[in-house]
Amino acid sequence: MLNIPLKDYLRETRIFNTRLGWAGIGVVLLVLVLLVRIVWLQVIEHRHYATLSQANRVKPIPVPPARGLIFDRNGVVLAQNFPVYTLEIVPEQVKDMDALIAELRELVRITDGDEKSFKKLVRERPRFENIPLRSHLNEDEAARIAVRLPLLQGVELRARLQRHYPLGGLAVHALGYVGRISEQDLERIDRTAYRGLQHIGKLGLEYAYEGLLVGRVGVERVETNAHGRSLRTLERVAPVAGRNLYLNIDAKVQAVAEQALAGRRGAVVAIEPATGAVLAFVSTPTFDGNAFVNGIDPASYRALLDDPDKPLINRALHGQYAPGSTVKVFYGLADLEAGSSIDMNRNVYCTGSFSLPGSSHQFRDWKREGHGHVTRHEAIVQSCDVYFYRLAIALGPDHMADFLAFFGFGQETGIDLPEEKSGLLPSPAWKRKRGQPWYPGDTVVAGIGQGPILVTPLQLAVATATIANRGLRAKPMLVRAHEDPITKERVELTPHVAGRVPVRNPRNWDALFADMMAVVHGERGTARGIGRNAPYHIAGKTGTAQVRGIAQGARYDEKNTPERFRDHALFIAFAPVESPQIAVAVVVENGGSGSAAAAPIARRVMDEVLLGGPAPARPPLAARAGTPLTGE
Amino acid sequence: MAPRLHLDKPLFYALVLLAALSLAILYSASAKNEAVTLAHFVRLALGFAVLIGVAQVRPELLERSAPWVFGIGVVLLLAVLGIGVISKGAQRWLGFGPLRFQPSELMKIGAPLMLAWYLARGGLPPSPLRVAGALGLVLLPAALIAEQPDLGTALLVAASGMFVLFLAGLSTRFMGIALLGAIAAAPVLWHYLHDYQRNRILTLLDPTADPLGSGYHTIQSIIALGSGGIYGKGWLNSTQAHLEYLPESSTDFIFAVFGEEFGLIGVLLAVALYGFITARAMLIAFYAQDTFSRLLAGSIALSFFLQFFVNIGMVVGILPVVGVPLPMMSYGGSSILTLLAGFGILMSIQTHRKIVEF
Repeated sequence: MLNIPLKDYLRETRIFNTRLGWAGIGVVLLVLVLLVRIVWLQVIEHRHYATLSQANRVKPIPVPPARGLIFDRNGVVLAQNFPVYTLEIVPEQVKDMDALIAELRELVRITDGDEKSFKKLVRERPRFENIPLRSHLNEDEAARIAVRLPLLQGVELRARLQRHYPLGGLAVHALGYVGRISEQDLERIDRTAYRGLQHIGKLGLEYAYEGLLVGRVGVERVETNAHGRSLRTLERVAPVAGRNLYLNIDAKVQAVAEQALAGRRGAVVAIEPATGAVLAFVSTPTFDGNAFVNGIDPASYRALLDDPDKPLINRALHGQYAPGSTVKVFYGLADLEAGSSIDMNRNVYCTGSFSLPGSSHQFRDWKREGHGHVTRHEAIVQSCDVYFYRLAIALGPDHMADFLAFFGFGQETGIDLPEEKSGLLPSPAWKRKRGQPWYPGDTVVAGIGQGPILVTPLQLAVATATIANRGLRAKPMLVRAHEDPITKERVELTPHVAGRVPVRNPRNWDALFADMMAVVHGERGTARGIGRNAPYHIAGKTGTAQVRGIAQGARYDEKNTPERFRDHALFIAFAPVESPQIAVAVVVENGGSGSAAAAPIARRVMDEVLLGGPAPARPPLAARAGTPLTGE
Repeated sequence: MAPRLHLDKPLFYALVLLAALSLAILYSASAKNEAVTLAHFVRLALGFAVLIGVAQVRPELLERSAPWVFGIGVVLLLAVLGIGVISKGAQRWLGFGPLRFQPSELMKIGAPLMLAWYLARGGLPPSPLRVAGALGLVLLPAALIAEQPDLGTALLVAASGMFVLFLAGLSTRFMGIALLGAIAAAPVLWHYLHDYQRNRILTLLDPTADPLGSGYHTIQSIIALGSGGIYGKGWLNSTQAHLEYLPESSTDFIFAVFGEEFGLIGVLLAVALYGFITARAMLIAFYAQDTFSRLLAGSIALSFFLQFFVNIGMVVGILPVVGVPLPMMSYGGSSILTLLAGFGILMSIQTHRKIVEF
């Protein structure tokens, strides 16, 4: 403060003091305004307001609207409202809570869990409000309470509409669930719009489409006596019910996919390539969203949290995995597109390992004895690693990252769910930002989808759909339409283009399709197991993502590796190749190989979509049709 | 000199008295909810601990830390918007294990701190370039907070910055132009408001137009105050709150309950208390000896008053229902901590003055 000249200091003091003086005058004036108004209200108009207060007999009571229902694409109900009797207490009207609860216990069953969550709610909700002690009373119980009701002060028996998911855990990771409005929720919503409502969408579509689902609260003007008890209803503004949602999900396909994955940790996402409509959105294990509607009891919640399989995690949206060999198809297209512009001998002799010039470090092929001579087509079909090590060096890391970005990797897909993960698309620039240099070895492992790269199952499905759609990437959408439940006025949501893969030669798509088709239908294809009796053409690619690094010279030995460290199995596919109607991505955590663990699941999902059930046993399609399966 | 506790006694006692009043009225307004009253008490106790702690910090240290506090605040705000989508949609919070923390609260102090630091370095009155820089510094966090979205806090942060600029001697011509600009922009802003926000403004003109919707708060609040009269209905006797006519009676509209129960006499006492605290805070700004301390103290004083005025204005029906809590009294929210930390800064400025007078 003393390092400025005294003259300036005095000048600054003068400026500040003048302004402070102005502010002081402003403060005094504003206080006067308030005082005049308060004196007006409290002294001059006091009698008027005292009378109004005495006569304050009309109270608006909010009438909650029915929440919109959620249907699958065929009209199967996924979320509905169920009228249930709930036993509610207004704590402020109760003198001795413990005595009251003991009394109620003699009438109906009240568990310790009920009591615990009730007391928690009493603490959390400061306002004068009904707090549920027990819900789902049966007729008997309701009758027993109803008879005693006049004697039980502060107790109310209400029939309320409650959210119910009739199919239990089916598609819970897409639907999400509703739960009781919490203090945090209150901070972000318009409280008046939620008066009388007790539930709000917490997760998934219930959260994302809250604005459409919730409807508008109505109001009843009720005449009350001097103690605030209701006498009669004077007027009623009806609530407006929330809009019904129609999903792109097909409950049958969803169920088939969930059953196929049952007992494993993993994810399946199936998409209609042309529109981005999500047909199935699976993360396993699932859990029952109904448990959360009235606040899950702490023990069950603990159990869900402590479950080593982590059912609460949405693996399709939040699971991030190395894509493994599934990326080879995308690099395969980059290879086709690059043509002679890169320095690459496309007849690679695979000896089972690859070394960078001047280095002794060996990058192994999954097949130790090597694949021999391979072209791009064979490299994709047999998933030869050495070919893609060489291709990666020829393409270079920036080009590889840019090309994957065309398919939506490293970005959010824009699906209509909250809090999507965007995966990780490493590049030299990304690594530099973290203060680390990019080594040529990083490029090599990126060629087979290992290293720091991460993708979500949803991104994989979108990328696969993008191939099937010949480069046009549609935004994945879970909801197809919403409608007014009364007027049935229906709004169809239009598909959106999220991006486009720029290709020089559109015929390259055909070559890639042939590559991917031979993976499933070719004699040496890694997924030939699911192609044998398929009555339609499938294009696919297997992948395996390492969970644990393997030392130089050592071998991966599935039998002797603990389950948690086994490789993740991946498979992507679309079908029918001629006019794709479904693209699907499957990830089975610690499932081992993509061909054995993941591909059969994809096949069951595709059968359900394309055939409406498991395929009948038939001779192999390739043998019947005799279609040539070579590329180029 | 022996170490002493740095506290400004008049301000401290006034705040303690206000805290005691707030507990009494909250107990009544929450319908004798002990859990709520206790929670408020804990927040107050924590707040006073922070106040005493901050008051011991030398203003020089505060000044040096200004860019850091501000910088960290901005980073945290970005984190909240970007990665920190912690508690399912409520984007205002950052979670550290069981602790939750609202970076926008930090900005209520961080923004005036930064601006005072920035403007003090350039001398008063600020050059046009510095004014532009200062506007940028205050609009950045305000925009980030508005994006959360938390319009109320965003406006408070913006106002705290504007107070610094005003006190620094921002040219009257500039203020005139800004005022005209604001008037011209009003129709555009109107366009961006939500329906319910528009209703709240229209309600102000005629509360009876929509007595069931947004006018209801105002009508019931005015009835509560007016029926209190000169002497009030007595503690715990508010019918408006207890018969549930008055919504938000323990949060935004707590002053209506206060006026109903304690009447004009109580209201005058409360207004006098708030007025005294504001005046004392402005006096501290007046006595402060360097530009940074003055600007900061002045801004804290005026921001406190602004919150008080907006809340009471809403309760007595001369301002729209905007959801600004009454400082110290309203239940809930994490603002008590920030508020008392601000008063800690004032006390630090007051009690660390050099003895030499110019």
